[in-house]
Amino acid sequence: MILPRLASPNLAFALVALGVLLLLAGSYYGLFVSPQERYMGDVQRIMYVHVPSAWNALLLFTLAMGCALAYLWRGGWGWDAHHEALLEASAVLSFLLCVQGSIWAKPTWGVWWDWDPRLTTTAVMLLALLGILALRSAVDDPEKRATWSAVATIIAFVDVPIVYFSVRWWNSLHQMQSSPETVSAPFIVPLRLNAFGVLALMGGLALLRARVAARRTAKELGPALPPMPAGAALEA
Amino acid sequence: MNVFRAALYKELLLQWRTRARVLSVVVFGATALLLMSFAIGPDAGALRMHAGGFLWLALLLSSTLTLEASLEAETEQQALEGLLLLPVPPTILFYAKALANTLQLALLGAVLVPVAIVLYGAETARPLALFGLLVLGAAGLAAPGTLYATMTARARAKQTLLPLLLFPLVVPVLIAATKASSLLILGDPMRQLAAWLTLLAAFCGIYWTLCGLMFGLIVED
Amino acid sequence: MTGELALDARGLARRYGGRWALAGVSFTLGAGQALALVGRNGSGKSTLLRLLSAALKVHAGEALVCGADLRRDADAVRRRTALLSHAAYTWEALSARENLVLASRLLDQDRPQERALRRLEEVGLAGRADDPVASFSAGMRKRLALARTLLQEAPLVMLDEPYGALDPPGFRLIDGIVRALRAEGRSVVMATHQVERGATLCDRGLVLEQGRVAWEGPAAELPANSGLLRGSEEGA
Repeated sequence: MILPRLASPNLAFALVALGVLLLLAGSYYGLFVSPQERYMGDVQRIMYVHVPSAWNALLLFTLAMGCALAYLWRGGWGWDAHHEALLEASAVLSFLLCVQGSIWAKPTWGVWWDWDPRLTTTAVMLLALLGILALRSAVDDPEKRATWSAVATIIAFVDVPIVYFSVRWWNSLHQMQSSPETVSAPFIVPLRLNAFGVLALMGGLALLRARVAARRTAKELGPALPPMPAGAALEA
Repeated sequence: MNVFRAALYKELLLQWRTRARVLSVVVFGATALLLMSFAIGPDAGALRMHAGGFLWLALLLSSTLTLEASLEAETEQQALEGLLLLPVPPTILFYAKALANTLQLALLGAVLVPVAIVLYGAETARPLALFGLLVLGAAGLAAPGTLYATMTARARAKQTLLPLLLFPLVVPVLIAATKASSLLILGDPMRQLAAWLTLLAAFCGIYWTLCGLMFGLIVED
Repeated sequence: MTGELALDARGLARRYGGRWALAGVSFTLGAGQALALVGRNGSGKSTLLRLLSAALKVHAGEALVCGADLRRDADAVRRRTALLSHAAYTWEALSARENLVLASRLLDQDRPQERALRRLEEVGLAGRADDPVASFSAGMRKRLALARTLLQEAPLVMLDEPYGALDPPGFRLIDGIVRALRAEGRSVVMATHQVERGATLCDRGLVLEQGRVAWEGPAAELPANSGLLRGSEEGA
């Protein structure tokens, strides 16, 4: 078996549990403890999941790119397995981001989609991620699948800032960047709790997903080369 | 340099020999242009305003056909493997192919412009600038397009896979080229053209380098 | 020439997905010698030839091909070998002459027109030089592929079933070409089901069975050991 080094399932489950706890705490704080925002009212509370999702979608995509680079540079099926898992995790968060963005836009601007550069970039990123996942499912040979999708991930990752700036120039009405520095203290706590909550939850799930991917690859690769009959030595 | 010239000559010769197919791509692009006007309605002003976008959408849709065709000639009898065994360096193969695809797409665009002028009144006072824009935009589509077409030509479900990978990636090309075309057609009082051309050039610079570097990784069996 | 090796393979192996098509093959071939490669369909002959010409990546083992390390310097291996593969490596929309002229120019050779025409005459295609390859029969395509292989003027020529699809004059053409290559001091490896022809033309014989070397010895003893002349009902 060509099984790569993977995180133990206990660690992954612990991360998932930690993520759920943090999200419960953060959501409770965000919904019941934080005061109502003066101008936007309760609608603003969606930011407590929206912003952490955005940070983590980008973070996981960056990590996926790191795995893609590592696979091309060093080889090793572990990188490929984590690459696949992180692509999927990032795609899930990007999808949630688009949904949350629409839910936010409707009461705020009266439309489901407002062509905000961040939201539009997320939609493009989601489509790019789905394209890479489709490529992975369309290639049977494990080595080609790993190499080609790693190349596609690097190409798509480099595109993200270009898409962002081109959409921004294209549509000059945009919101200020949300980050803890621009928000006052009672708003920061749920934001931080949920940011780490989403990270722990999706990170844990990605580690588990990588184990599944690694098993599938090991099955596809089949047994290692059977030993040579007596007399013939196999060089390393 | 000799080898690059030979590789480019090979691409152009292959395109010339399969020009019947190129003609059908032109017809496809013109049809797409015509169909888009039905989405707007017969409002001459609105049609002229959107002519730039229609032109680039038609070009983008047609590009997947020409890109797929340019790889078909190489996969029929595994000519691509034969080229690598000669050996021709993959980088040379990539740049020759991407350049030939750029030329073909730019010419396709140049043929579609008169169609857009007739249908939408999309005349421009600066035809040379428009042609330069066509070349730049075509280059932006051709570099990642050539790389992805080389992958998908050897994967399952290749017809759907290429647009799925290419279209999200070239959103900046579509935005910049559309804006720049509209400025050329409708006038540019704010002098914004240069900014969009710079964006296009930056996209081309990044992806012509990146795709050239990585092409070798995806052609090896 | 003694001591110099055209081929030195040690435990060469290659898998497709989970199946090891070649499961550790070791042998040597002296420079200027010819090897007849024999084995049933699917025994790994084509895989071995494609590995040795650096058309496929090696998954285990190593080899020196005309002194070049197959794993580290694939480019040098490709310059020193020419492969007649099952695929013709041709562009169907171009004529036979154009195919060869292009190959010659891509090899950066001088007088490509002259070389192309000479090779076409050699394989008996001069009369159809300007017809598109798409109109060629399987046998003519084989002749064209052979001309392309010879055009490379490589020190090691590998022929994968050169007799396949050819008529009796074609058989004699191949015999003559192999003799001519040997007279020029080039090394030849031919995979073939024509065991008797292989035995007369070559010095060494190698029998592959399920991706492994089943027998190796002087070519003259090949017919008795090939296992191909016996009935197929005997099995492997």
